[in-house]
Amino acid sequence: MATNISTRPRSNPYAPNWGSKIIKALTNFVPTLVAIVVFLLIWQLLCSGPNATLPGPIQVLQDTWDPLIIDPFFQGDGTDQGLFWQLAASLKRVAIGYFLAAIVGIALGILVGVSTIMFRALDPIFQVLRTIPPLAWLPISLAAMRDAQPAAIFVIFITAIWPIIINTGVGVQNIPQDYNNVAKVLQLSKPKYFVKVLLPATVPYIFTGLKIAIGLSWLAIVAAEMLTGGVGIGFFIWDAYNSGAISEVILAILYVGLVGLLLDKLITFIGKLVLPED
Amino acid sequence: MQTLSNINVQLNDAPLDQDAFLVIDNVSKVYPTPSGPHVVLDGVNLSVREGEFVCIIGHSGCGKSTLLDMVSGFRQPTEGQVRLQSEPIVKPGPDRMVVFQNYSLLPWFTAFENIYLGIDSVWPDKPKAEKEAIARDHLALVGLAEAADKKPKQLSGGMKQRVCIARALALRPQVLILDEPFGALDPITREELQEELLKIWTEHQVTVLMITHDIDEALLLADRLVMMTNGPAAKVGEILEISFPRPRNRSRVMESPLYYELRNYALDFLYRRCAHDDVE
Repeated sequence: MATNISTRPRSNPYAPNWGSKIIKALTNFVPTLVAIVVFLLIWQLLCSGPNATLPGPIQVLQDTWDPLIIDPFFQGDGTDQGLFWQLAASLKRVAIGYFLAAIVGIALGILVGVSTIMFRALDPIFQVLRTIPPLAWLPISLAAMRDAQPAAIFVIFITAIWPIIINTGVGVQNIPQDYNNVAKVLQLSKPKYFVKVLLPATVPYIFTGLKIAIGLSWLAIVAAEMLTGGVGIGFFIWDAYNSGAISEVILAILYVGLVGLLLDKLITFIGKLVLPED
Repeated sequence: MQTLSNINVQLNDAPLDQDAFLVIDNVSKVYPTPSGPHVVLDGVNLSVREGEFVCIIGHSGCGKSTLLDMVSGFRQPTEGQVRLQSEPIVKPGPDRMVVFQNYSLLPWFTAFENIYLGIDSVWPDKPKAEKEAIARDHLALVGLAEAADKKPKQLSGGMKQRVCIARALALRPQVLILDEPFGALDPITREELQEELLKIWTEHQVTVLMITHDIDEALLLADRLVMMTNGPAAKVGEILEISFPRPRNRSRVMESPLYYELRNYALDFLYRRCAHDDVE
């Protein structure tokens, strides 16, 4: 018998090939898919009786397919806009409020982290203010600004700022003593210490705060917009409810959840880019 | 009692040379506690010549690190004074560089950047090229030219400690302070680094104060071995002259009959005369 030596280059058995990668992705994805199907089935069952107050998933899909789902970029008059524009308007408010909160929050956090006197002076105030629910700020905000748009942005700002301040402060206070000792022996100047030691050591804490803050901002904007009106996903939900279009409410809630998830992933992604890799 | 024919011991009541390069002059450190004052160090006297290599040994809790912290300037003595070239030490500074046991490299910087940071802080007005050359030279000095762009996480313990030594030496300190620098390293790496430190010290002739737990390490490296009594209220017990000729190497030192006399003397001091109560 002739031994048949194959000269064909064989694939490296240890290298992951595409087949196994797809199988791995499927094994990760299948349980999620099953859970979603089960959830939809239970929902459909619960809402299929003659006395059901809410539409089932099939009903929601039928009600909202045309025009809400297929035409998210629809532009009409006033608040009559496609869902993309509603979400974009809300995101714009969140972006402004969140961005301002990040700048002021990081600065205040560093201040209370560096200075014991500032910490003693401001921390009790922060601890009280941070427990106030976002919507409780809205009346004051409306009274002060006399306009819905900046009032909503202020609510986002005041909601997002506390976790940023507190986490940044904790980060500065937790800079390892070793690093501070090195800075002292080397007699680093204040600006150098700030850029080369304090900021890099605090960045992971700052991003923890930013991540909590983006979630809270998105929670707050929906509630704030319900009260202030105008284009935005929050007012869209409230408006749909008032016109009895519960299917539209449900679709909008789903979009709110998905956008919230994307925002969270976005901050995590930026954090990974900025953080010194471990 | 042992015969001290070959051994030169300085007892703690010897007069202090007030004009030495580095003087630890009757230094005490007392911490107030709820149950009364806690005396860590009680009247420590030590003078160090320029270019001398001094090791400090003693049981845990005898205040060795506290003593070095007062030389580096991180702490102030409750009583007495530490003077470098007749100037009292009041705060940390790059003329007294410290090599910490736990490396203390900034993890977000490469080996090169860690060294450069100090150089840039001490000599801000030097041209950039010169500062970079100093950093590169000192990385090469500790044999890490290849690892310049690696982050501390990618370096072994021995390599990290080399970077720390390079960072310290790059600033041309008058005193190099090492607090158990090789304590966390495996025995082989430790021996390598001891020999490297010996070589660097011979070339730089920098004054070294080093805490160690290892008598053999002290006998190989030091000119004098300061043996502390037990805390609380620790003081300098005895100072052992280690008179092996230089340049030294490990095998020649260990072959000398004096080596065992010194070793036994130090062991006797630490484990009989200053035996630790809570050691099994």
